[in-house]
Amino acid sequence: MSDFFSTLLDEFPQVGSGLWVTLEATVLGALLALLLSFALGLAAGSRLLLVRGVSRTVVEFFRGTSLYIQLFWLYYAMPQLTGYELTPMLCGVVAFGLNYGAYGSEIVRGAINSVPRAQYEAAVALNMTPWHRMRKVILPQAWVQMIPSFTNLLIQLLKCTPLLWLISAADLMTVIQQIRDRTGESLTAYLTLLAVYFVLAYALTLLMNLLERSAKRRLGLHPGTGSLLRTRSAEPAPAAGGAR
Amino acid sequence: MNTFDREAVEDAFPLLLEGFRVTLLATVLGTLVAAVLGLAIAVAGRAPSRLVTVPVKAVMEFIRSTPLLVQLVGAAAVLTSVEPLTIGIVVLGVHYATYTSEVYRAGIDGVPKGQWEACRALSMSPRRTWQAVILPQAVRNVLPALGNYAVSMFKETPFLAVITVQEMVFEARKYGADHFAYTEAFTLAGLVFLVASYPTSLLMRKLEKRLGH
Repeated sequence: MSDFFSTLLDEFPQVGSGLWVTLEATVLGALLALLLSFALGLAAGSRLLLVRGVSRTVVEFFRGTSLYIQLFWLYYAMPQLTGYELTPMLCGVVAFGLNYGAYGSEIVRGAINSVPRAQYEAAVALNMTPWHRMRKVILPQAWVQMIPSFTNLLIQLLKCTPLLWLISAADLMTVIQQIRDRTGESLTAYLTLLAVYFVLAYALTLLMNLLERSAKRRLGLHPGTGSLLRTRSAEPAPAAGGAR
Repeated sequence: MNTFDREAVEDAFPLLLEGFRVTLLATVLGTLVAAVLGLAIAVAGRAPSRLVTVPVKAVMEFIRSTPLLVQLVGAAAVLTSVEPLTIGIVVLGVHYATYTSEVYRAGIDGVPKGQWEACRALSMSPRRTWQAVILPQAVRNVLPALGNYAVSMFKETPFLAVITVQEMVFEARKYGADHFAYTEAFTLAGLVFLVASYPTSLLMRKLEKRLGH
């Protein structure tokens, strides 16, 4: 067995904690992003111009300035400007959440708009309150449409977590690179690292496929089991700015 | 705690613009690689033999599912004798080619089956079929999507700073460290990104509408 793998085994607890940091940042970042996606996406459909305008501005701002800059801004510039310092992990979660929340809001908006108009009208005719209408009629249908796009965003978020290494959070990339430095086996180290990310991405895809299946069931659709194992479709080119 | 220093902004701006030229160069060349390689992959994906299509698909899936940053740092660590900017452009291009190839694939799939059959009936060679009939129809509609990927790539060029390419964020970081003025440097860099990418996205949307999507 090569040096790299024996060191990897020796340092297993460290590798585990690095993996944990990566997963934690992914999951927490994704939760924040989900929350923001819905907040901004629903605000984009508001009747009030002010609410729509604020949502639009926030979305364009966080999509237009690179994630990399946002992360560095939080980590380097914010303590200078405000005297308030976030932990590296929190910087990561906030930056990932804000950036992908902005992209996700477009998914929410698009999915809600894609629910047939007649569904709204039927809900109005049945005298449902706006809240009830959204909760019971619109969202369950829109949600099914959102999941594949959310899967793509989730994988992209996972793919951004190595950025944590740059702000000295001890994530998976940091740990593996430490082992590489000790053994000097660059090729093995980075290929292993890529393989781990690939497995993580595939596992997340499977979980999201399960979620999609259960969401479809609730609508009375019954997709076959084959749909569980399929990989992601390549994400559509991120749509450009401007209200649709 | 300090406030926003206007002098530092004026001081840092020329340096950032210097870096911005490298950023633009990497984006343009990276997009070129992605556009050409993506097309090659899309065509290879339709090869008659599964010996070609299955490995191509697997490699694409692998590259697409793994982080660009790890690919960049890994490539730079293994290929120590190659210039960082070259590595950056190639890795960016290859990473994005896995996305653009899907765009081309959709374009190729959109060409009606009758067109293929007509080529066969006229006993055109495969080469001529692609060149004269399929690609001119397939490629027409992919321009806006390619443009959008170029904008995404532009926003990911700061990753190149990690492998010591002296692009804009590299300069911003350096200026921030030298003068302890991270706020000004990073805010400015962020604004440059916003100012450059937003109008381009709007332009792509216009193009998309004109081509009737």
